[in-house]
Amino acid sequence: MKVKVKKMFPPGHVRTPSYLRGKIGEVERDLGYFKNPEELAYGLNAHKQKLYRVRFEMNEIWGETCENPSDTVDAEIYEHWLEKV
Amino acid sequence: MPHDHNNEMSPSGHPYRKDQDHPLTYWQNLEIAVREILVEKKITTEIEIQETINEMDNRTPSNGAKVIAKAWTDPSYKQRLLTNASDASRELGFDIGPLKLIALENTKSIHNVIVCTLCSCYPRNLLGLPPDWYKQRSYRSRIVKTPRTVLKEFGLDLPKDLSVRVHDSTADMRYIVLPMRPHGTENFSTQALEKLVTRDSMIGVGLPKSA
Amino acid sequence: MKNNNTEDMHSRWHDMGGKPAGKLEFSEHDFELWEKRVDALMVLASSKGYFTVDGLRRVLEDMGEKAFSEMTYYERWMASINQNLVEAGAYTLQELGEKMAEVANRGLTYGECNAQEIEEDMNES
Repeated sequence: MKVKVKKMFPPGHVRTPSYLRGKIGEVERDLGYFKNPEELAYGLNAHKQKLYRVRFEMNEIWGETCENPSDTVDAEIYEHWLEKV
Repeated sequence: MPHDHNNEMSPSGHPYRKDQDHPLTYWQNLEIAVREILVEKKITTEIEIQETINEMDNRTPSNGAKVIAKAWTDPSYKQRLLTNASDASRELGFDIGPLKLIALENTKSIHNVIVCTLCSCYPRNLLGLPPDWYKQRSYRSRIVKTPRTVLKEFGLDLPKDLSVRVHDSTADMRYIVLPMRPHGTENFSTQALEKLVTRDSMIGVGLPKSA
Repeated sequence: MKNNNTEDMHSRWHDMGGKPAGKLEFSEHDFELWEKRVDALMVLASSKGYFTVDGLRRVLEDMGEKAFSEMTYYERWMASINQNLVEAGAYTLQELGEKMAEVANRGLTYGECNAQEIEEDMNES
């Protein structure tokens, strides 16, 4: 499944790295549900969110001048940061 | 002052301890105060704090080395490790608390390396506390963009036809690399193999020692 | 005209992936006793439900880049643990201020200012 990371920049504690925002990757696996760190960080009663491991190609992240196009970055991204492609 | 006393005794007449002979810093002052308040309020005890320190001190890369060496010698254990690395670690008797661990297998065509670009997430409940460089800007910034350049600084020059997979620990999972078993170790015991597994090889910035 | 509110320039300082940085420095050091105690306080405060590692990170991030370069790792952790404990109502700033002053008046060094070690010293003499 291909997904795109939402390109948004709210001030505050989030766990989606900015270098992946707006980038398209492939879901590597579904990790299940975890409490939302964006609520936990402020001592709130956190809702559970689905968490995915998403794999991104280096040229998708850094463009054609990337170090080696066959290399990849995997990261864990919460569902509310993802949209279907 | 720490560096101008002639005898090795503190003003109170006791020997200086290596990490305790500097003037108290503001943050050390805060640490003592918070700890004592938490003990006075019975939120914790000095014994519980010491036991927590001991637990952390007992978590070292040698724990991970036992997991790796077992996976090298026992194919069914290796399968369990790749399916659920937390349970596989507990199976060998390691108390890793709530750690959710994923093992990443290096092969002839894939080399894995771990990082936390957002802070310093590390499989500490198995391997102990992370090395200083793991927490620094240089590693965190560059390993996701130019992993081959960074790995070269560690002395690891990877061929172009080997894919590098970088794993950014952005949320609830932690990672350990299962390196390839070194050549020429077919007759090695599990104990002998453990000695070849380095911390850096389980982070992915190094390889196991050769036989 | 288009605004730039969805551009990377709004990423925060701790979010380091891909940003320019120098070569690695390989110096490593053993942790001091007080640093291990800070680590233990974090483990215990979170396991007892006062706050989570997310709260630790939130305050570390809000402390800013200047703190990252000027304070040590466990100095930053200590500041954040305290902030989170105050927010969780574990103690008041009045209690903290009075205790800090009491600790500071015990002596010159970290060792001398630890009540437990003062007791040990008294038992020895």
